[in-house]
Amino acid sequence: MRMLINVPETVVADALRGIAAAHPELTVDVENRVIVRRDAPVAGQVALVSGGGSGHEPLHGGFVGPGMLSAACPGEVFTSPVPDQMARAAAAVDSGAGVLFVVKNYTGDVLNFDMAAELAEDEGIQVAKVLVNDDVAVTDSLYTAGRRGTGATLFVEKIAGAAAAEGQPLERVESVGRQVNENSRSFGVALSAVTTPAKGSPTFDLPAGELELGIGIHGEPGRERRAMMTSREIADFAVHAVLDDMTPRNPVLVLVNGMGATPLLELYGFNAEVQRVLGERGVAVARTLVGNYVTSLDMAGASVTLCQVDEELLRLWDAPVSTPALRWGM
Amino acid sequence: MLDADFFRRWMTVAAASVDREAERLTALDSAIGDADHGSNLQRGFTAVRATLEKESPETPGQVLTLAGRQLISTVGGASGPLYGTLLRRAGKALGDAAEVDEAQLAEALRAGVDGVMALGGAAPGDKTMIDALAPAVDALPDGFAAARAAAEEGAVATTPLQARKGRASYLGERSIGHQDPGATSSALLIAALQEAASGA
Repeated sequence: MRMLINVPETVVADALRGIAAAHPELTVDVENRVIVRRDAPVAGQVALVSGGGSGHEPLHGGFVGPGMLSAACPGEVFTSPVPDQMARAAAAVDSGAGVLFVVKNYTGDVLNFDMAAELAEDEGIQVAKVLVNDDVAVTDSLYTAGRRGTGATLFVEKIAGAAAAEGQPLERVESVGRQVNENSRSFGVALSAVTTPAKGSPTFDLPAGELELGIGIHGEPGRERRAMMTSREIADFAVHAVLDDMTPRNPVLVLVNGMGATPLLELYGFNAEVQRVLGERGVAVARTLVGNYVTSLDMAGASVTLCQVDEELLRLWDAPVSTPALRWGM
Repeated sequence: MLDADFFRRWMTVAAASVDREAERLTALDSAIGDADHGSNLQRGFTAVRATLEKESPETPGQVLTLAGRQLISTVGGASGPLYGTLLRRAGKALGDAAEVDEAQLAEALRAGVDGVMALGGAAPGDKTMIDALAPAVDALPDGFAAARAAAEEGAVATTPLQARKGRASYLGERSIGHQDPGATSSALLIAALQEAASGA
């Protein structure tokens, strides 16, 4: 194992100390694992709190700041945070206008956020929740935990965050968040497995010359394995998988997201192929974001997320944002 | 009769057993999950052991409630709320009694298992911790050894199943052929009951 770490036990705390040093505009509580924008609570504004396992950086800590999240709770690597963290975050950012929890659809995240909502409500904080479940690789049925939340989390956090920054009420911020999720779909591929600090070896065995299709962001294997494909072939497969599940009538936001170990040279090349397929399918593209945003430690690979937007959602997407990982218009 | 000391011993033995088996649990989890079940439970039960030493709860119910709350606050993931609920519900069911008998413990654990099923939405056969816990509770009236055997058998029997809950469910048919890590750790918890009773 070659990792730039001290010991697996302190990986998350060490990273938090580093974030604190790099971003004086954030308040980082290393002991309780809560990252808060320094000017919180902002009077008259709904606060957004999200969180999940560590290892997906910049998600979520990198998205804390004006125009996006008010606070983030990082859990252990690939493990959801605990209710105490989320309740503490909610108390730190609530201005009285209420708190929106943005929750990715994994059993652990859902259960812990539910418990946190109860704790926060006991303290008199008004809480609403948006569940993100955009991954079309997972067959959804009554008998499963449902679809995973992946790339669309960024769209939900940005667009609902913009609505909150405008002073819209909790009910409205929540419904904007839900609308973004309902209009979003994702599909991911892995070219290598993940090595978590605690385990120290790849979580699944992916021989050279093969790739996993339909992976999530936790190093779990995907739906199927095939012989290695070209960027063009992967883009065809991924975009078709997404479009088989949605028929955009409006332009889309495109997120071409790296899993952590794929360089931008490859991601931009992949984006060219994604845009080609979208053009062939007659899908208009409003905005495109390329980079490592919802990562999976050292996994090589990429995901494609499309979000169908109307004028209002596009306006909120374009609204100013100032966070460590996403910044424009201010 | 089982007193607070017995329940403290149960949690201490469980913590030692999770320490011993953490690597195996994580290895099982890496096949169908995200390779952290062992280290997460280890962190939780280490905290439970420390809290029980510090706070010295006086009744069986208090021991389990405190342990459950500690797991929820430290484990994270799905196993934190699920194991936490199992112990808290069981602790609540025991009430304020200073000593309880085996039948009361069986009843309390059944309340705990019902709580886990309600929270996680899982039923027997979904390839989860329920597959070890439910048969163990059924067997508990026949003694700790019978409960242990039923839990271990239940855990092994998850291998050919397709996961329908939790992260392993995302793999669909590819989850078949792997023993469920949650059912495996549940079997450890039940085995610890027998070890605590034999004074180990």
